Amino acid sequence: MPKLYSGAEIVFKCLEDQNVSHIFGYPGGAVLPIYDELKNFNSIKHILVRHEQGAGHAAEGYARSSGKPGVLLVTSGPGATNAVTALTDAYMDSVPLVCITGQVPTHLIGTDAFQECDTTGITRPCTKHNWLVKDINDLAEIMHKAFEVATTGRPGPVLVDIPKDIQFQKTKYRNYKKVKKLNGKSHDKFTQKNIDEVIELISKAKKPIFYTGGGVINSGPKASELLRELVYATGFPITSTLQGLGCFPADDNQFLGMLGMHGTYEANNAMYNCDLMINIGARFDDRITGKIDEFSPKSKKVHIDIDPSSINKNVKVDLPIVGDIKSVLTSTLKTLKKSKKNFSKSNKHQISNWWEKIQKWRSKRSLDYIGSEETIKPQYAIERLYELTKDRDTYITTEVGQHQMWAAQHYKFNKPNRWMTSGGLGTMGYGLPAAVGVQIAHPKKLVVDIAGEASVLMTMQEMSTAVQYNLPIKIFILNNEYMGMVRQWQELLHDKNYSESYTAALPDFVKMAEAYGCVGIRAKTPEELDDKIIEMLNSDRPVIFDCLVDKQENCFPMIPSGKPHNQMLLGPKDQKEKKITGKGRTLV
Amino acid sequence: MANSKSAYSVAGKKQKNDTHIIVVWVDNEAGVLARVVGLFSGRGYNIESLAVAEVDQKENISRITIVTTGTPQVIDQIKLQLKKLVPVHKVADFKREDKNVIFKEMALFKFVANSENLIKAFKACKNFNPVVLDETKKSKVIQITALRREIDKMSKNLTKFGLVSVSRTGAVAMTRGSDVFK
Repeated sequence: MPKLYSGAEIVFKCLEDQNVSHIFGYPGGAVLPIYDELKNFNSIKHILVRHEQGAGHAAEGYARSSGKPGVLLVTSGPGATNAVTALTDAYMDSVPLVCITGQVPTHLIGTDAFQECDTTGITRPCTKHNWLVKDINDLAEIMHKAFEVATTGRPGPVLVDIPKDIQFQKTKYRNYKKVKKLNGKSHDKFTQKNIDEVIELISKAKKPIFYTGGGVINSGPKASELLRELVYATGFPITSTLQGLGCFPADDNQFLGMLGMHGTYEANNAMYNCDLMINIGARFDDRITGKIDEFSPKSKKVHIDIDPSSINKNVKVDLPIVGDIKSVLTSTLKTLKKSKKNFSKSNKHQISNWWEKIQKWRSKRSLDYIGSEETIKPQYAIERLYELTKDRDTYITTEVGQHQMWAAQHYKFNKPNRWMTSGGLGTMGYGLPAAVGVQIAHPKKLVVDIAGEASVLMTMQEMSTAVQYNLPIKIFILNNEYMGMVRQWQELLHDKNYSESYTAALPDFVKMAEAYGCVGIRAKTPEELDDKIIEMLNSDRPVIFDCLVDKQENCFPMIPSGKPHNQMLLGPKDQKEKKITGKGRTLV
Repeated sequence: MANSKSAYSVAGKKQKNDTHIIVVWVDNEAGVLARVVGLFSGRGYNIESLAVAEVDQKENISRITIVTTGTPQVIDQIKLQLKKLVPVHKVADFKREDKNVIFKEMALFKFVANSENLIKAFKACKNFNPVVLDETKKSKVIQITALRREIDKMSKNLTKFGLVSVSRTGAVAMTRGSDVFK
């Protein structure tokens, strides 16, 4: 007679078989049997968060920095609803998460029982798939299926809802064997003909550009290597979305910086004027395209994506290629090497005019700002942070707002999986718990959350988690006392009516750090900034760094809403010289 | 829109809408209909009618037929989004004008009228395979099968013969000839 396992044991057996080493969670009535089993599974370490949203974002940070799925375990009702923001965030940014929720016992479902909610109903639109386990005999299969769905194709969150009585019931457990079949939903659907067509377009292009996104990072570190190889082999310029930062070295001459609403002048103008756009793992998001009708009007567009529904969703493309970026790039490089030896040399002349144009746009130096000796400019703070950390393998997370854009513009990423930010959903409060997750995955590495004072207050309680597990995360707050991006929009579009965007009663972040049992540091002037940053980096404990920055600074360059790429709003220097013409200024 | 006060872009040009019939084969499991319908409502797609029932008891497969309208781009998105759902096996899409596909909908009409009008009512239905399912001196329940727009027209025209209640199934579809959609 084979050994019988309880549902709670099976949950852990499955996690073991899936090589899960860390789970983030918060106990409660409906998951108590699972928490009771924790002690019997030493290979799985549980990280106790302070709020279920924190568990979700921590699992996201863990997943995005390690390439492995993040796992969270929460209770029914409020436990599940608190996790919804993180699940939606993961869905928007294609992060593989497995969320296990407790549920009231089967016989109480539908009776409005204590801490009951329709978890699968609530999370249906914000997960790739979810399951309510009604039969103990289905549990193991569902758990393994959950990992498969979360990690294959375009990754994303899944949820398994397990009623309490199922956690107690017993059944057999068969050890799991990984099968390769993907439910008939295989992902490489391109042919050699597609690849030949790309090569044809590449060899003809006079004004080409690579536009790359988070898909490259999701395809694994190898995809980033192949991308670099392809970019060098063609000599083409490359720009990246917010999520794609790091898959190509930011300090390389071929890199034009980030594109989109707060992208560089050269990247956006190159997108507008190109004759060939090769989109690799990006999704033509509205923050990227600006006005759709005038988006890159003269270009042939190639779109490489693993998710067929991403193709032609926002922008019609000429050559769709559905497949995993890694395998598409492998084939492309192979064909390129075979058919066009020394392509980058022979091609140099063909695109030299294009590069000259790009250099002209570059000479605008659109990321420049007016420095100050009295107050710390937020851009300066990021630049200093970058200079003082660039020799280490640093992981950066952010919250959402101006500081996030400044970080994307001024911190230079050279490796994939080093940059964790909430792009799709734009979740304020993401960065601190994400940093917790990143530090769990990389205990020896430097992890910095570049934060705004408003965002960070949304999930500040997770500092307590960091202290409990000795996670030396650094919370680098650019404190301007405003919800900066809100204030910026109000300044530009709502006649400086700063409705509710000023936080009048901020806590003293240094004292707050001390209250949590970590280190608090404050920097007030540019002069002392470096020393303070070094003090932060030298600490082996969690640090809250309160960097008091210029309160009025705005984030430029910027494409105002409803405008195409060639009508950018540049920084204050440029505005003074009145170089912006026509419609671009009507918004100022 | 020179002075848009929105952080979002303005809507692009609108394309022409077409009516399509989308057929979806799904695992017959709890919540599957909610997934399909939720996808439509969540992404702002239209549902004109919906018909669903299990068609394969051994394999537990249900067939959902949805009549929807949208631009070619939206119809493409509907298909691609549906295919991403885990319990979805296959998705077929037919234009309403497609000659190779049969679309039928069943309707039940209840008439309350004098005998003269009841006879007229039945006669009016004669092109649509009418079956009388129930009959009293004062009333009649007639079943017809027809195209959507025919039933639309009928339910408008028959009020004069005492039509008091209409129940319809929503359109179902099948290809003509020996070919089976795979």
